[in-house]
Amino acid sequence: MNGVRGRHVVVVGAGPAGLAAARAAADAGARVTLLDAADGLGGQYWRHLPQARPAAREQVLHHRWDTYRELSAAVREHPAVTVRASAQVWSLDRLDDGVRLHVLVGEPDDAGRAPLALAPDALVLATGAHDRTLPFPGWQLPGVYSAGAAQALAKGERVAVGRRVVVAGAGPFLLPVASSLLRTGAAVLGVHEASRAGALARWLDRPWELAAVPGKAAELAGYVAELARHRVPWRAGEAVVAAHGDGQVEAVTIARLDARWAPVPGTERVVAADAVAVSHGFTPRLELAVAAGCALTPGRFVVVDRAQATSVPGVWAAGEVTGIGGADAALAEGAVAGAAAAGADPAPSAVRARDRARGFTARIEAAHGVRGGWVRWLRDDTVVCRCEETTYGRLREVADLTASRETRSVKLTSRAGLGPCQARMCGRTVEELLGAMDPGGPGVDRRPVVVPVRLGDLAALPDAPELPPTPATTGDPT
Amino acid sequence: MSTGVSGGAAADVVVVGAGIVGAACARALARAGTRVTVLDRGAAASATSAHGEGNLLVSDKGPGPELDLALVSLRRWTVLAGELADELGPRFPSVEHEPKGGLVVVASEPGLAGLRELAAGQRAAGVEAVEVTGEQARELEPDLAPGVLGGVHYPQDAQVQPVVATEALLASARRAGAVVRTGVEVTGGLRGADGRLVGVTTSAGDLAAGAVVVAAGPWSGEVARRLGAWVPVRPRRGTVLVTTPMSQRVHHKVYDGDYFAATQSAGAELQTSAVVESTRGGTVLIGSSREQVGFDDRPRAEVLAHMARRAVAVFPFLAQTNVMRSYLGFRPYMPDHLPVIGADPELPGLWFATGHEGAGVGLAPATGDLVAAALLGADPAVDPRPYAADRPTLSALRPDVSDAQAAQVTCASGTTEKAHEGVRP
Amino acid sequence: MTSHRISAEADPVRPGADRPLTIVVDGEPVTGTAGQTLAGVLLGAGRREWRTTSGGGAPRGVFCGIGVCFDCLVEVNGLRDVRACLRRAQDGDVVVRQGPDRAGAQEADR
Ligand SMILES: Cc1cc2nc3c(=O)[nH]c(=O)nc-3n(C[C@H](O)[C@H](O)[C@H](O)COP(=O)(O)OP(=O)(O)OC[C@H]3O[C@@H](n4cnc5c(N)ncnc54)[C@H](O)[C@@H]3O)c2cc1C
Ligand SMILES: Cc1cc2nc3c(=O)[nH]c(=O)nc-3n(C[C@H](O)[C@H](O)[C@H](O)COP(=O)(O)OP(=O)(O)OC[C@H]3O[C@@H](n4cnc5c(N)ncnc54)[C@H](O)[C@@H]3O)c2cc1C
Ligand code: FES
Repeated sequence: MNGVRGRHVVVVGAGPAGLAAARAAADAGARVTLLDAADGLGGQYWRHLPQARPAAREQVLHHRWDTYRELSAAVREHPAVTVRASAQVWSLDRLDDGVRLHVLVGEPDDAGRAPLALAPDALVLATGAHDRTLPFPGWQLPGVYSAGAAQALAKGERVAVGRRVVVAGAGPFLLPVASSLLRTGAAVLGVHEASRAGALARWLDRPWELAAVPGKAAELAGYVAELARHRVPWRAGEAVVAAHGDGQVEAVTIARLDARWAPVPGTERVVAADAVAVSHGFTPRLELAVAAGCALTPGRFVVVDRAQATSVPGVWAAGEVTGIGGADAALAEGAVAGAAAAGADPAPSAVRARDRARGFTARIEAAHGVRGGWVRWLRDDTVVCRCEETTYGRLREVADLTASRETRSVKLTSRAGLGPCQARMCGRTVEELLGAMDPGGPGVDRRPVVVPVRLGDLAALPDAPELPPTPATTGDPT
Repeated sequence: MSTGVSGGAAADVVVVGAGIVGAACARALARAGTRVTVLDRGAAASATSAHGEGNLLVSDKGPGPELDLALVSLRRWTVLAGELADELGPRFPSVEHEPKGGLVVVASEPGLAGLRELAAGQRAAGVEAVEVTGEQARELEPDLAPGVLGGVHYPQDAQVQPVVATEALLASARRAGAVVRTGVEVTGGLRGADGRLVGVTTSAGDLAAGAVVVAAGPWSGEVARRLGAWVPVRPRRGTVLVTTPMSQRVHHKVYDGDYFAATQSAGAELQTSAVVESTRGGTVLIGSSREQVGFDDRPRAEVLAHMARRAVAVFPFLAQTNVMRSYLGFRPYMPDHLPVIGADPELPGLWFATGHEGAGVGLAPATGDLVAAALLGADPAVDPRPYAADRPTLSALRPDVSDAQAAQVTCASGTTEKAHEGVRP
Repeated sequence: MTSHRISAEADPVRPGADRPLTIVVDGEPVTGTAGQTLAGVLLGAGRREWRTTSGGGAPRGVFCGIGVCFDCLVEVNGLRDVRACLRRAQDGDVVVRQGPDRAGAQEADR
């Protein structure tokens, strides 16, 4: 406990990073408010059945479930931590003397949620990421899911998205998804990894290369064994390049890819399937970081220093908003960020763990980062923007007609990115297709209204919001 | 001393700014046979013109020169929308010109009296302004708040989609020979031996021109300074809320009578009103706030709350709708509430088309015509004197700039003659 | 039935006994268990599309499953634009399909 006693640290996000940050900050002497929009703790990695559906052996679906149990108990029981679930931070004001968070507490998307304003001494952003799916013909059909959706439904609902499922995309995340699908009783017809042998394949052959991140190595090795047991083929250098069906998925086309991810003509084969789970990486949830004014890397993650401090005084960041490194990295970064936000020196062991995990982050990107050849599997009528149904052909046509390559203008002339998801699904894709990345800038990720808010709830906000007293000692049950 | 013209061939006219005003000027000039180059430091149609709304209003303007210009411009838009559609073809995105009419409502007797007086003056100036009872207002807009006492219906009010409109004007200008160069920042002026402005220096080299038209929106003051001149344009921030798409329930541009007071006041403190309108995409736009905070682009929840209250007071059903986005922009604000359209009184070769505050989309076509008429010596459609840069309300504010700015200016005598021939009558 | 809820007997997590609830979807009763989201109930019952897009009139259901794609929007008890993948179902919830939103305004340029 070497922090500034009584400092109020607000942590947004209760995934691995946020949980670790909340505990570290509290241990260092801060008073902590931990907020998450979800009604439970754990974030994406430890998504689990809700309290209303208790299960006897939840742990069979999870890795490091003990860590979760321990962390969540620690924050719930710590007298200096207030846990607020169902608390959606919907905007962040950057004031001259710090930040102010605006929160609505209640059921998701409800009208009449309770407003809450917080003006923390220190803020830790641990808002995580969502998975990213590159468009392909037919990806808008019901039955095509992001890999994260298949995972979330398996872990959080015990719902199987289908009986014959194809898993495709890029990165080690496909492995736990296939594993969870198997545990829903589904037949996993194959796991198709876009990157060619040499990436994950090499890790799988030579697990000692992963030895620096022992938790991860064991976890991945476990998945590989499981896939082998179920005779699930794992194929590198392949992709689902189209989904077919009348009103829902009935089959997919799988093709071999070259090193640039362009489909190799003549290698297509059609496989009957009733569901597809596809993800090609992750997109950080940057809304609050952008609103706070945090500097971003060229690949658009939050820039942090050795203590996980962002470029904005008083704001720290941890977990997948700072780079995609998996739960181990998120935990380690959270522990560093929480201590630093509390004004303490992070434990050297936490710093070392963080440094090790970062190596893994860099290698995932190097091995599985999106390669430009994927554009070749698009057709003119392929939907790019799922909300507004703007096609690839229309996007190009509008960009040509207006001689514009700038996302703001093309968005408003083609409508791509104007719908309810506010370009969360298509924004990066549209930027890449237009060649209009905004290096270092927020690009499509500037969303001052973080999630939709009922106009009546906006109207009911108090004029000068009364800030609640720094949190008392009881934690809300979640 | 730089005389090189590395930025490209000399132009008759350089337009600084590819927003809607610069686009309208470029189109009018190019169609009149002038060689036009439009320069923008950013992308086209991406600054103020992409961060506002597309209302073409007469309802919010009291009798006077701004209203006169608005009436002319409104008629121009009707013709222009058709011309652009014909010229650019069916694949070009629609400018979404919709003459849907405006409805100004009030909930109090004094409010109604004020509105009545305004409408009488507007009628005298040629505006169609039809007083409606509360009941009639609800026939026009069934979802209006029960407290609405009455209002005035303005059938002439219309709207366009401002980004498409800007891109369409630029595309049309290009077809008439204009060159649009984005990512090129104007950094200073080129001066002839006689002191005349004969071009601009840019981040991509010098560019000679017979005339320079500053249409740089809220940055026009800064551009003028770089050229060695002065114009008192300041940013006035505005925020817009956008709902998720829904079936259409708002049919006109509907706003409370207080909007008028906000546009006419010079106060720096937060002012909000609620102009509520639906778009073709199914969203409802709610705008807007007025704040003088310089170019500060940090959003504030308090502003959104103010606007939401106004909107819900007019349309209670909106309380249930979701706001999915907010954005903010900087209106080019003039201290005397009139745009500057015309020659700089002190620097020959320099022209302004700026300072349209919250009406630049509406006023763009008439502005382009006025600029073209003035530069080419044609007859203007409206009397240009009220918008002149040497009008008394501006002259009174004018500082002595001549010597302070000399550093920005490059002498370009080598290009002077050629540039002088530039503008053909 | 493609998507389905794993039967309690077959489920290795050994869930507790079901606590059934019924929601009404476009007039038809659909049964799930307490704690499920609306999307969980619908998918669990084998339904995987419940929204029609505004422009193209295409069917949609869950895509991202975690509240970021807005494909799964439904009207619940009279309130539109609720993400079915996030909202926990309550017994008796009345769920209505969200259909084309743009009154007659098909984009001319699509
Ligand atoms: C759907 C999905 C499933 C995944 N499953 C696995 C898996 O099984 N195995 C694996 O190795 N990796 C998985 N991942 C990768 C996973 O992102 C990381 O391993 C890990 O969860 C990252 O931890 P984090 O703490 O950075 O973020 P997260 O775990 O994503 O936590 C972020 C939290 O912040 C909250 N939040 C965000 N914005 C706000 C806001 N404005 N207001 C309030 N709360 C907010 C979110 O609700 C979320 O709970 C999954 C990712 C996704 C998207
Ligand atoms: C919230 C809000 C709502 C509004 N609603 C309406 C409405 O309903 N109806 C209406 O008519 N008007 C409305 N307006 C006003 C309208 O948007 C503006 O009047 C209009 O867009 C101004 O256009 P412009 O071309 O002058 O400026 P801009 O669109 O800003 O264009 C100026 C251009 O100059 C460029 N530039 C600046 N400096 C340089 C340089 N040194 N070198 C090169 N290029 C440079 C900029 O990059 C920019 O692209 C609204 C404005 C706001 C903010
Ligand atoms: S499925 Fe994506 S928001 Fe619900």
